Amino acid sequence: MSESSAHKLLSDQVMIQMDGVHKWYGAFHVLKDINLTVQKGERIVVCGPSGSGKSTTIRCINRLEEYQRGRITVDGQELSNDVKQIERIRREVGMVFQHFNLFPHLTVLENCTLAPIWVRKLPRKEAVEIAMRYLERVKIPEQAGKYPGQLSGGQQQRVAIARSLCMNPKIMLFDEPTSALDPEMIKEVLETMVTLAEDGMTMICVTHEMGFAKTVAHRVIFMDGGEIIEQNAPEEFFTNPQSDRTRLFLSQILHH
Amino acid sequence: MAEPHIPHPDLPPPVSSVGPIGWLRRNLLSSPLNIVLTLLALYLLYVAIPPLLSWAVLNATWSGDSRDACQASHGACWVFIRVHFDQFMYGFYPEGQRWRVDLSALLLIFSAAPLFIRAVPSLVKLRLSLSILVFYPLIAFILLSGGRFGLAVVETSHWGGLLLTLVIAGVGMTAALPLGVLLALGRRSQLPAIQTLCVTFIEFWRGVPLITVLFMSSVMLPLFLPTGMNFDKLLRALIGVSLFQAAYMAEVVRGGLQAIPKGQFEAAAALGLGFWKMMGLIVLPQALKLVIPGIVNTFIALFKDTSLVLIIGLFDLLNTVHNAATNPAWLGFSTEGYVFAAAVYWLFCFGMSRYSQSLEKRLHTGHKR
Repeated sequence: MSESSAHKLLSDQVMIQMDGVHKWYGAFHVLKDINLTVQKGERIVVCGPSGSGKSTTIRCINRLEEYQRGRITVDGQELSNDVKQIERIRREVGMVFQHFNLFPHLTVLENCTLAPIWVRKLPRKEAVEIAMRYLERVKIPEQAGKYPGQLSGGQQQRVAIARSLCMNPKIMLFDEPTSALDPEMIKEVLETMVTLAEDGMTMICVTHEMGFAKTVAHRVIFMDGGEIIEQNAPEEFFTNPQSDRTRLFLSQILHH
Repeated sequence: MAEPHIPHPDLPPPVSSVGPIGWLRRNLLSSPLNIVLTLLALYLLYVAIPPLLSWAVLNATWSGDSRDACQASHGACWVFIRVHFDQFMYGFYPEGQRWRVDLSALLLIFSAAPLFIRAVPSLVKLRLSLSILVFYPLIAFILLSGGRFGLAVVETSHWGGLLLTLVIAGVGMTAALPLGVLLALGRRSQLPAIQTLCVTFIEFWRGVPLITVLFMSSVMLPLFLPTGMNFDKLLRALIGVSLFQAAYMAEVVRGGLQAIPKGQFEAAAALGLGFWKMMGLIVLPQALKLVIPGIVNTFIALFKDTSLVLIIGLFDLLNTVHNAATNPAWLGFSTEGYVFAAAVYWLFCFGMSRYSQSLEKRLHTGHKR
């Protein structure tokens, strides 16, 4: 992806709006006043030391985590305690997990068609067509009949991406999608994510793959201690970090 | 140019490590202790088998119509079983109506047969088993109790023998599994009211012996009911057995639910599946598969526990056998009767056990994470 495309003007349609979000685990204050606005088509990489609240932040967006204070609006709909509303928002927000979380009792194809059939109420035939299209995009259509346990980690993660895409989501959340993979499999998953980015998907990605951040992200967010410390365009972020904590973090992950 | 590498040809393994000799060495003679144990086992078989064989087969009496036929020999008197066989199967079900029992049994066997054939697609099996679950109890009830379509009424107090055992076990199993699943889900519920209700139910029914439950249902319950209102005795026993076993089943299923990783719930939720779809499509299929051994264990225990209904005067297989053995005309043949009853119970339990093993093998998808 060229420099200029990363800078191109984004539409001003807001996809995700987080206002003053606070979260406590018991007495432990994990998220402190998170404010974040994500435009349609924007690609954001979130990084930071472990325990800094990165995953918790994106898991609040589809309400896998509850939060005690603040407001989150996704595609114009505000998250509430209403279960139906939460399910409606989850349909539009795809999520890819660190440990893939494929359904082991279903084949790859069934993993991909389950939600379109049962949640979107698509006819089976149409759901299969869509699933095969996305499996081709992640380059594993030939594995459609296998069970997840028969695939490598990289293949499983690509199936997980295809499974999310089958719901035709407006936003994709990636929660450390490559952290559980062997080095030679990281590349195939990142390539899949890059093609997704090129299609203009709105993405928030928690990752330590700084190469990916440099080439794909519009904005890099650095979190520490449950707070957003710094956010900037990738070239600014990497060449001219503003805070000491960011500098320390970057020096640790770039020179190991 | 280097010579191409030619792999060493595979040699056959030494005779002593494969085939019958290898098997003997590995399994029976692998160490001095094992040799001693093997010899001991052989000696025990030598002591036990011949007398058993001579009693059960060689010196047994097979033909005749009364106990007089058995006077001559010291072996088993299988005439006792032959004469009482119909009674053991049907209890006091009127002789002219027994075709109705046979018909309901055949109906079940033929309608359920496709479920045990591997080539039948699983979707067809699912639909078939659901329709059996819905329609068969209705058909069987009408056939067995009568009163409709010109069938003579047969009071449940006349039902007995293996028929009664299978009715109680069948109803108990089909009621206990879904009830147990609901209780297990309820016990893990976030809603305090539902959780408390389920925990109370489970702990209450698990805390009392089945005999007490049956006794209470037959003796105490009528005292609390308004006069003139009366439940069928068998129905009361069925409800007691079902609720009692549901409590056990709930804990077995809960064990399976706890083994499902949190990620499965999260992935299902993230796709927008609601609670019932998440449970029905993702969590329960995996959890129930994990606890097949526990479920079948409970089923087998249930099957054998049906014999406790003798406490409230129902004549199941065991009670019918007991009744025949204490008949003055046939005193002294209780051993044959109980051996027969044991064989019938064993046959059914072993069948369930084998079926569960083949089910486990078939449902295994190579995922052990």
